[in-house]
Amino acid sequence: MADNEGVRRRDVLKSIGLTGAAAGLAATSVASVAKEPESEPTMQSHAHAPARNESAAETFRFFTEREAAVVVALVDTLIPRDDVGPGGVEVGVPTFIDREMASGYGRGARMYLDGPFGEGTPQQGYQLPLPPAELYRVGIADLNAWCAKTRGGKTFDQLSAADRTAALKMVEAGQAEFAQVPARAFFNILLQNSMEGYFADPVHGGNRNKAVWKMIGFPGAIGMYADDIEKYRNKKYDVEPKSIQDLS
Amino acid sequence: MTTKLKSADIVIVGLGWTGGILAKELADTNLSIIVLERGAPRDTNPDFMYPTVHDELRYAQRHELMLNVSRETLTFRNTASETALPMRQLGSFLPGEGVGGAGVHWNGVTWRWLPWDHEPLKHTLDRYGRGAIPPDMNLQDWGVSYDELEPYYDKFEYLCGSSGKAGNLGGKKIVGGNVFEGPRQREYPNPPMIQTQAGALFEKAASSLGYHPFPQPSSNASQPYVNPDGVAFGACHYCGYCERFGCEANAKASPHFTVIPLAAKKSNVEIRTNARVLKVNLDAARKRAESVTYIDAGGREFEQPGSLVILAAYALGNVHLMLWSGIGRPYDPVTGEGVVGRNYAYQIGSGATVFFDESTWMNPFMGAGALGTVIDDFNTGSFDHGKEGFIGGGGITTPTATGRPIGFRPVPPGTPAWGTEWKRAVRRHYNHTLAINNQGSVMAYRHNYLDLDPTYHDRYGRPLLRMTFDYHANEQKQANYLADICVKIGQAMGADRVVRRASPQRYSIVPYQSTHNTGGAVLGTDPRTSALNRFSQCWDVPNVFVAGACAFPQNAGKNPTGPVGALAFWTADAVKRYLKSPGPLVPV
Repeated sequence: MADNEGVRRRDVLKSIGLTGAAAGLAATSVASVAKEPESEPTMQSHAHAPARNESAAETFRFFTEREAAVVVALVDTLIPRDDVGPGGVEVGVPTFIDREMASGYGRGARMYLDGPFGEGTPQQGYQLPLPPAELYRVGIADLNAWCAKTRGGKTFDQLSAADRTAALKMVEAGQAEFAQVPARAFFNILLQNSMEGYFADPVHGGNRNKAVWKMIGFPGAIGMYADDIEKYRNKKYDVEPKSIQDLS
Repeated sequence: MTTKLKSADIVIVGLGWTGGILAKELADTNLSIIVLERGAPRDTNPDFMYPTVHDELRYAQRHELMLNVSRETLTFRNTASETALPMRQLGSFLPGEGVGGAGVHWNGVTWRWLPWDHEPLKHTLDRYGRGAIPPDMNLQDWGVSYDELEPYYDKFEYLCGSSGKAGNLGGKKIVGGNVFEGPRQREYPNPPMIQTQAGALFEKAASSLGYHPFPQPSSNASQPYVNPDGVAFGACHYCGYCERFGCEANAKASPHFTVIPLAAKKSNVEIRTNARVLKVNLDAARKRAESVTYIDAGGREFEQPGSLVILAAYALGNVHLMLWSGIGRPYDPVTGEGVVGRNYAYQIGSGATVFFDESTWMNPFMGAGALGTVIDDFNTGSFDHGKEGFIGGGGITTPTATGRPIGFRPVPPGTPAWGTEWKRAVRRHYNHTLAINNQGSVMAYRHNYLDLDPTYHDRYGRPLLRMTFDYHANEQKQANYLADICVKIGQAMGADRVVRRASPQRYSIVPYQSTHNTGGAVLGTDPRTSALNRFSQCWDVPNVFVAGACAFPQNAGKNPTGPVGALAFWTADAVKRYLKSPGPLVPV
């Protein structure tokens, strides 16, 4: 069983243009970020880089291996690696989401989760009885079931890149029929957390090597601009971004 | 099992700006004062230290310094015909929790509200007559004029080291300051902050249109400062981590390093943290407060008797405590009678987003919470809004508060929310975009109110506060009118593209808008329409005073902390008079 899944997962990752390198990054970045924040990643997510960790998902704290493969595929669809800038997977966004789900945030430590539960209006906001981690768990199951039903028995991570994009657009539009939770609720939290992981300080597991800050020109945690604000008015401020760890 | 404690002269509920100012001012009486704060103790060192405080995820997204709604929250609906449902996570507004309250994580924008904002009914009747007021609008005056509050505004600005430029010194208008403000007795304690590229563009464009731009008054100190109490402020670093963060430099005024330590060092003042007040206990006739009930971090329940109780929680928390404790008559929107929960209001936002070419650099990350350039030409008291068919107005600002990228990623409308095209747009526009925002006033209405929810309870078994609120045509007209002005200013900047942000159709509790909730226990001169007399004293329970934005009869086109601070000083003076001769300060 495990072998079959492992094979299937590798096939999937290959089919979506992600070899073990990119997938491995997601799973190993916990250790990488902690140990080598200054160095360039040893893997640049070259499409054919050697795999470093075949059983990548085993290091996820919250997601199962099958769930992790879906999260990796989702993040890769939302924030692909392209000529604009780094992809979400290579900078560790799946790791970020996994850590968040294993934290108090994922468990709803700062949410009001008492019933009764009603659907409400859009203006009344989130009304499901699920904290984020459970919403992911149920949402991923729903997504896979919907994909299997409408796309020839394949789970989301087994789809081609083009099919994943098309499927995710339907999820975003609320057109995907999820069995247990509204597709849009799942999409909203996935998009929010993906953006958080992509742009947050690397201390949280995403934005590895500050690659995303470099892309947009955000200097990070520096925050000492009293002497620069006038000097750089209407000028490019071209500095190496600094993370919390860099400054600690 | 409740432990009854030794009685105190004064019990203060909540330790943010209002509780801190009142504790410090009343400490001089040498009476015994006990302050109960629901959250934890906090200090600049170690809680807000650099660089760990510069963590957008932890503070801005996960709300570490704010109310934990798993313990207490509220329910919300737009209209009484709907079933209110709980606010299950923070969104539209962010009440504080812990020493300093929301005064720790505010931006530092420190306004004096315009004279009109304190007496909107008087000004409206004088200029337009009663026919101009929509029938369901509860327009009413504070019972305290701007001129009466002026010395207290002055006190608060000097406490905070506010940086700005006067526009009206003793009646003399000064170009470069806010020429629409009420007369002030002296200049700001510190000069304005350094202007950004966005501010410079705004100033030039607004001036070219004949408007009167000026630097936003800011309690992010533009230079090192020592306030009249001897408290030292550092100079602002323009770090861009203000709102939702504590300030590592003590440059952003906050009660936790100003008034609170001054109160705490007095032997007659005792501060108890992790002490969550659940109720004010009244006598059988509901005419006198006898004690408050609170629980500590370990869940133990205590009864703290006191001769005088001051409610200084967040605006919504004060109203909740009053309703649950039976202080004053609850408001009934059907009959229009009752006062507690009446005149709840918020603000309305609109504006323009202005996209520039790639040779214009905004450096949005070099900012400060209150750094901005403003015009007040279209604010409540500044122009002939009656001619435009509405009551009110708003401040128009180009802020440079932050470039933190989880929250700040402007892209033109039509951009997908993800994928390569999205990423390209984020990279293209991140450093080349500015916002022009209208912060619009919202008047009070008969059917916008607060009461107790019939279904949902907090962790302590109390019914949640229920908020019923939506926008009205008067405010939507105003927001759309001001959006047009924002667009005009944007166009005068010579930008690539100006995108209008129209008035919202409905109020939503989901996206963050502002922590500017007002009303619910308002000041006034008539016990039929106000919960408090003009000295912040409960009409019905004279040994209870209430401080904070819950006392504002309607909301203005300006941030509320300036009048919150001024009113706290005003209330402290009133309490001192009360202590000499306890009883109603205004005869009923």
